[in-house]
Amino acid sequence: MSAGLVLAGASYRYAGALGAALAAVDLRLEPGRVVGVAGANESGKSTLCLVVAGLAPSVIGGRLDGSVRIDGVETAATRPHELAQRCGLLFQNASTQLSNTTATVLEEVAFGPCNLGLPAAEVVERVWWALRAVGIEPLAPRDPARLSGGQGQLVALASVLALRPSYLVLDEPTSELDPAGTRLVAEALARIAGETGAGILLVEHKTEVLAHIADDVVVLERGTVALSGPAAEVLADPRLVELGVEPPAQVRLERAVRAAGLEWSAALAEAIE
Amino acid sequence: MPDFARRIPVGRYRGLHPVTKAILAMVGAIVALGVRGWTGPAVVLAAVVLSGALAGVLRRMALFALATIPLVVSILLVNTFLYPNARDAIVTVGPLSPTWTGATAALQATMRVVAFGMSAAVFALTTPIDDLLTELERRGLGRRGAFVVGSALGAIPRMVERAREVVDAQRARGLDTEGGPWRRFKGLVPLLGPVILGALGEVEERTMALEARAFTAPGRRTLLRRLPDSRRQQLARWLLLLGSICLVVVSLSGVVKLP
Repeated sequence: MSAGLVLAGASYRYAGALGAALAAVDLRLEPGRVVGVAGANESGKSTLCLVVAGLAPSVIGGRLDGSVRIDGVETAATRPHELAQRCGLLFQNASTQLSNTTATVLEEVAFGPCNLGLPAAEVVERVWWALRAVGIEPLAPRDPARLSGGQGQLVALASVLALRPSYLVLDEPTSELDPAGTRLVAEALARIAGETGAGILLVEHKTEVLAHIADDVVVLERGTVALSGPAAEVLADPRLVELGVEPPAQVRLERAVRAAGLEWSAALAEAIE
Repeated sequence: MPDFARRIPVGRYRGLHPVTKAILAMVGAIVALGVRGWTGPAVVLAAVVLSGALAGVLRRMALFALATIPLVVSILLVNTFLYPNARDAIVTVGPLSPTWTGATAALQATMRVVAFGMSAAVFALTTPIDDLLTELERRGLGRRGAFVVGSALGAIPRMVERAREVVDAQRARGLDTEGGPWRRFKGLVPLLGPVILGALGEVEERTMALEARAFTAPGRRTLLRRLPDSRRQQLARWLLLLGSICLVVVSLSGVVKLP
């Protein structure tokens, strides 16, 4: 059985749609690595998340061609609750991801493990582990309905982690967050990737976040892979702007400095970082 | 489990098991509505006022009592003025002829409705919904049933918040949502579409989020909380339920005449 989350020639068409939302996408995510996904609106980023997590087509219908395998297991042949333990999915909006039925963050994070019918002691152990991994233990007694956007997103992230998936798929987890919330989530993701060994597929508009934590970056355009490679290379690629993706601030600054005829040095880059 | 997650209710009445409180409310309803004469509603009213005082919710119960006003007013008017075959008129003014029989029946019916409403109020004000759902799930209620009830109640504040956002957005575009009742009502119409459609739009994402959290896994869910129960409470529940049914049967059969 080969380790890794692998898409091979994956194409997906929504039910009733004329064209494919994803076309012949090849992608590989290894355990412990972070692959960033960028692209303009309607480029297929959210669809890619649903396909990778196995919710498309098993839950939302449509047609999937090609192969999506998680550690050698075909997602199309796996039931959603089993997939949830292999590949966790975090949506943009934390409020729709939380169950709305619990009184404390601790119970909210326990919702998934409880669904699996695990012994109570194991559920509690997993919950504290997930809260620690995300760095939100002090939030455990709080009411999930009364958290800030950033805190809510971290609770949603811990809720997914508590299922102990080998891979995490995050669909623009910072899109509704202010800079402070974005920093909270980005730091938590960097910590999770380093400490848990989970492979992370991170869809993100904010390329600074990708530059900070992604090992590789894939850029989508109209459902196909337009660019892919090591994060530093892809994020500095001049074609990025044409693909509707704003390069990170450091890349833009470097270009501005060079365009002004000034010298860009490694020391300057380090100082900015 | 840490203490904050156990959330053991404190106090004589609040500390009762949620199923015991549910049975008490049910018994209150059975006796208030089923026992003939004044005895049933009067005993239930006295019991719920005592329970409310014990639980410290008497003031909030008054709000529930206010909610019964439209029903109470209609009961009083219909019975007092239109009680069938009643001839003992209190006073006759033109075509209107309220009767003593009707007024007595109206008062009794009012007591029944208020006793029933207050019985439900004490239960609702002293029992967190997740306590009740946890215990019902432990007794065999399916995870879907528990989730539907819990999430529907949890969605109410979100709907209110969404409505507020839509009102603000409509106002920003010049819609007048303040002023007299008619103007406010007209302001509601453009609000309904966005609120309802927005809620429906979230359904698909919520469904996927549940799938991503293994909601459809087979078998029983783990229930982390266990609220304190006792043999005395279990026995009391059965006795109360059976006793109230017997009381209603005896009352309706006329074997024992209650005032």
